[in-house]
Amino acid sequence: MTLATDHPPAPPVDGALHRSVRRKKLVPYWLLLPGILWLLVFFAAPLVYQASTSLQTGSLEEGFKVTWHFATYADALTEYYPQFLRSVAYAATATALCLVLGYPLAYLIAFRAGRWRHLLMVLVIAPFFTSFLIRTLAWKTILSDGGPVVRALGSLHVLAVTDALGVTEGHRVLATPLAVVCGLTYNFLPFMILPLYTSLERIDSRLHEAAGDLYARPATVFRKVTFPLSMPGVVAGTLLTFIPATGDYINAELLGSTDQKMIGNVIQSQFLRVLDYPTAAALSFILMAAILAMVTVYIRKSGTEDIV
Amino acid sequence: MTATATPGTSGTDVRLAGISKTYGDFTAVHPLDLSVPAGSFFALLGASGCGKTTTLRMIAGLEEPTTGTVELAGRDVTALPPYKRSVNTVFQNYALFPHLDIYENVAFGLRRRGIKSVKKQVGEMLDLVQLGDLARRRPHQLSGGQQQRVAVARALINHPDVLLLDEPLGALDLKLRREMQLELKRIQTEVGITFIHVTHDQEEAMTMADTVAVMNAGRVEQLGTPTDLYETPRSTFVANFLGTSNLITADVLDTTGDDILLRAGDTKLTLPATRCTATARTGEKLLVGIRPEKISLTHADDAGTVADGRNRVTGRIAQSSFIGVSTQYLVDSPAGSGLSVYEQNVERDSRLVPGAEVVLHWNPAHTFGLDAAQNIEAGTDVLEAVPDAREAGT
Repeated sequence: MTLATDHPPAPPVDGALHRSVRRKKLVPYWLLLPGILWLLVFFAAPLVYQASTSLQTGSLEEGFKVTWHFATYADALTEYYPQFLRSVAYAATATALCLVLGYPLAYLIAFRAGRWRHLLMVLVIAPFFTSFLIRTLAWKTILSDGGPVVRALGSLHVLAVTDALGVTEGHRVLATPLAVVCGLTYNFLPFMILPLYTSLERIDSRLHEAAGDLYARPATVFRKVTFPLSMPGVVAGTLLTFIPATGDYINAELLGSTDQKMIGNVIQSQFLRVLDYPTAAALSFILMAAILAMVTVYIRKSGTEDIV
Repeated sequence: MTATATPGTSGTDVRLAGISKTYGDFTAVHPLDLSVPAGSFFALLGASGCGKTTTLRMIAGLEEPTTGTVELAGRDVTALPPYKRSVNTVFQNYALFPHLDIYENVAFGLRRRGIKSVKKQVGEMLDLVQLGDLARRRPHQLSGGQQQRVAVARALINHPDVLLLDEPLGALDLKLRREMQLELKRIQTEVGITFIHVTHDQEEAMTMADTVAVMNAGRVEQLGTPTDLYETPRSTFVANFLGTSNLITADVLDTTGDDILLRAGDTKLTLPATRCTATARTGEKLLVGIRPEKISLTHADDAGTVADGRNRVTGRIAQSSFIGVSTQYLVDSPAGSGLSVYEQNVERDSRLVPGAEVVLHWNPAHTFGLDAAQNIEAGTDVLEAVPDAREAGT
């Protein structure tokens, strides 16, 4: 056993001590065991299974066999790249909107809310008490063609502008990119606010005073001190929003039409309707690789490796 | 309460007029007038919660005064936000920007004022505080003393009219604190900028400052040079808070001469009228004060050797403790119990042990007189503030 050999040899008379030292050395590995098992069962095993599925060929009737058919990946990418790009675009837009909406709110709660702070945080989390599906269905009603939102936007001529921009169509909101992006933004907003709040709340208020004392105007204090110090929250929030939003299919399913299908919808239908398991698995792998690549670049660029 | 420091060099840098601060029902600072002459090292001394930090923050603009005005270099700045005031602060826990290195921390103020070429100035400033080689470190990689010097450099580089220091040495250990006291004093002499230093440490205030304002419960109790405050305290708080004082309640017998004659128990005492800050009226009471190190201790058998004209109190030694440089005695006497006496260990009299009958005697010129209407214990039970303790109202 390697653990025993790389330990300096104990005096032979003191075997008990030797054993107890060895036992101590093993403790960390025992503590890691549940985590490793969990990873093996729930992460590694499905991953291997899906990887093998993606390299199979065959049909439902004849059964699938691993034939190392890498062409599935190329075919999947060629056929579904519009949905990939759309997913990234929608998720990126929704993430940006979440940041724009969530930052001021998190800032307000962290620095200005005083004794209302905890109540406001509960309100941010409150939507989680209802199912994701129910809430998204509710948006279907809210954004429905004759509904108050569409009528208000119409009478304010907002829809004319959005129609021209191509994010809505024919003076309706439902079944347009706007509806899907709104749904994504709404559903993932708390995932943005929570990490933002946590990192803003940790900032020592004396740093703001110190910056003001050193001739920084309030806007400069924000730009040079508050925002840089909240970067860990911004990075965590954008990742927690962007990653699940890219793979999301509920919002496109309920609020969009066939023209707003995201990659999640494609994977879902390949698995459950078309029953083309290899293509579905390949798409899943491509999505995973793409997200990993984007996240890596993003973390490098934001220069927060040391603070995340 | 009006207090004005004796003007040193030309002009005044800070003038506070009727400035006060209240939070709801709590008055942190009572209306206060204060002038700090240009180029001086000024200390605001007091226990935690006495309003000294609030006063400092009002000068910096971090706290808005409830009443009164703040003038800096002759200009009323009461309504100006901190970033428009030519003052810089060294914060209690330094408040260095953790995401910037030492160089950028120090350059922060210059950059905010649109100065492009900061390299030379930052380099000089880092040399002044002896941190030139740590420019690219982050604050958390520095020791407490180094962080403290960065905080000073970051403030001083802007050449403010006034540098405000809020308990800057509070988080350092004793040895480092002593070193930094001398260091700060050196820097102040070198740059000639007015320093206003807030501290709860009376020794620190006396070592560093030219002028000390002793604050208590939101008021300035007394203002003067360290010697002045120590030798002639004007209130029981100052007498007890700065060092130790023996305070004896005495009846006034005669006020006609240059000296006031008093009686405490069966002891007659003399107090120069000029050293009495209260109005002495025959038949009323007065507090007589004397510092422990001014008192000489003679064994009762040698009482005859004590020179005439000295104040004499007889008593019995209750306790003695050997400190090394001196021996401290507690003496009970009819005039007052628990009188402190510090004797230099030059010629030790082996008879001076607990239980010995002794005569305490001192030059009347060292006696000071205080109004007997005050709390005789004021300033004795003040706890030293924990470095991290937030002052009331800040």
